[in-house]
Amino acid sequence: MEHKLIFKDYNEALLQNKLLGLKCRACGTITVPPKIACRHCTGSELEVVELKGSGKIRTFTTVNVASEGREDEVPYTIVMVELDEGPWLMGNLEGIDPQKASMELIGKYVAMGNKSYGGDKYSAGESARPVFQPVV
Amino acid sequence: MKKVAVVGVAQTKFSGPQEKTGVELFAEAATEAIEVSSLKPQDIKALFVGNALADFEEGQGMIQAYAAENIGCLYAPANRYEGACASASMAVRDAFMWVASGYYDIVLAGGVERAATMGTGLATRTFAMFSDARYEYPSGVTFPAVFAMLTYLYADTYKIPLQKLREQMARVSIQSYQHGSTNPKAQFYGKNADMTVEKVLGSFVVCTPLTLHDCCPFSDGAAAVVLASEEAAKKLTGKPVYITGTGQASCGTLSNQSDYLPRIRAREISSRQAYDMASLKPSDIDICELHDCFSIASLIATESLGFFDFGTSGEAWERGEADIGGKIAINPSGGLKSKGHPIGATGAGQVYEVVRQLRGEVEPERQVPGAKTGMTDTLGGDGGTLVNLILERGW
Repeated sequence: MEHKLIFKDYNEALLQNKLLGLKCRACGTITVPPKIACRHCTGSELEVVELKGSGKIRTFTTVNVASEGREDEVPYTIVMVELDEGPWLMGNLEGIDPQKASMELIGKYVAMGNKSYGGDKYSAGESARPVFQPVV
Repeated sequence: MKKVAVVGVAQTKFSGPQEKTGVELFAEAATEAIEVSSLKPQDIKALFVGNALADFEEGQGMIQAYAAENIGCLYAPANRYEGACASASMAVRDAFMWVASGYYDIVLAGGVERAATMGTGLATRTFAMFSDARYEYPSGVTFPAVFAMLTYLYADTYKIPLQKLREQMARVSIQSYQHGSTNPKAQFYGKNADMTVEKVLGSFVVCTPLTLHDCCPFSDGAAAVVLASEEAAKKLTGKPVYITGTGQASCGTLSNQSDYLPRIRAREISSRQAYDMASLKPSDIDICELHDCFSIASLIATESLGFFDFGTSGEAWERGEADIGGKIAINPSGGLKSKGHPIGATGAGQVYEVVRQLRGEVEPERQVPGAKTGMTDTLGGDGGTLVNLILERGW
């Protein structure tokens, strides 16, 4: 059985600022990033839907020690956002000073853009990542 | 299922970068474990070797075969287990299964890692490979970042002021440093016994709010254990330690664990399996070597294992309830924080400590008096692999 949505197509859409997810025909749960089975009921009757890409910050951190090859990126802020449609999504946060990121961020409403991570010798190519900005 | 005993254990010193190869490290622990079990290499029917990153550490794949040959277990089947930081616990659990099934009577399990040798940059990169490579690593997630995010989430979920939580977390590190400072096999043996809350909070911030002293070190090291059927064990030792419960569970991306975070659901499932198999409950456990890769990880672990109520374990540490003489002795070895965390060996190192504690063989400063029942808890990735073992005195 083939996936309804694979990384390649999810990634290409994300590079166009479109967040694709999968809606379960059995239970209605949204799964993102894509998998072959619904993350809630494990059903496989899924359809591709476009998500709004907005939601609330649930947690975050500002990273000061990066992986090899990404030292130039620090400091940067990672967030986990609870999307309007339910699932959580990891991405970066821009539009705030990473050094001033505090727990006041939790609950803030954000909207999604994207930025490409170019990849390294281990990563089989580039990957887009969600980049969230506070909605004012 | 047959009863399975640990008959002999060994561990190299866990350390920073050192000169021995991965095969050599494993061979030294394995040979000692075989010798203290009154056995010869040819008595070992199969090897179960935890190792996560030898490919990156030394360009060595299939390390288990070279390890088997090095120690004289010629032509014995040897399997490698990769479950990030839980690799060795997976190896011990599967070794247990093979003996419990009756297929083998005596086997060797353990693990090895040279994470410190890689240096911080490559170690950080390769540890991040245990996060989802396509959907979460692009955001720059690292291991400290995962537990840093869980720290804020823990504070928010249980409504604990961040400063208070950070002070409680510092108490976790201080306790671990104190125990590790008296453990000659620990990376920080003889060090950091004078750690203070102020020093923990004031050290370099790795990922907000986690400081250097909230984080375990990168480590080199190996550990090995010999498992035997009850009949074989009775001929080899008067102090068999039986593995009476095991559990293992897996899950996917950190974001897909959102229904439970900051709890780690895989741990709740894994530990429940172990408790049920052993017919024990959390209050029956005297000592637990758990996965304190970060100070917050200890708080989260003790709650999912059922030792303390959700959101209260920081207070337990403040009251000494997680220390020797308290409700349950957590990480009398010094834990990952102070004993060290050579990831592929860590679970076997936990078994090493629990077995020696139950036998009353550790240094008096950190011996848990009268310990009869112990547990190990090992977490791989950002909760992707969880393994728990319960061990009991067999005499």
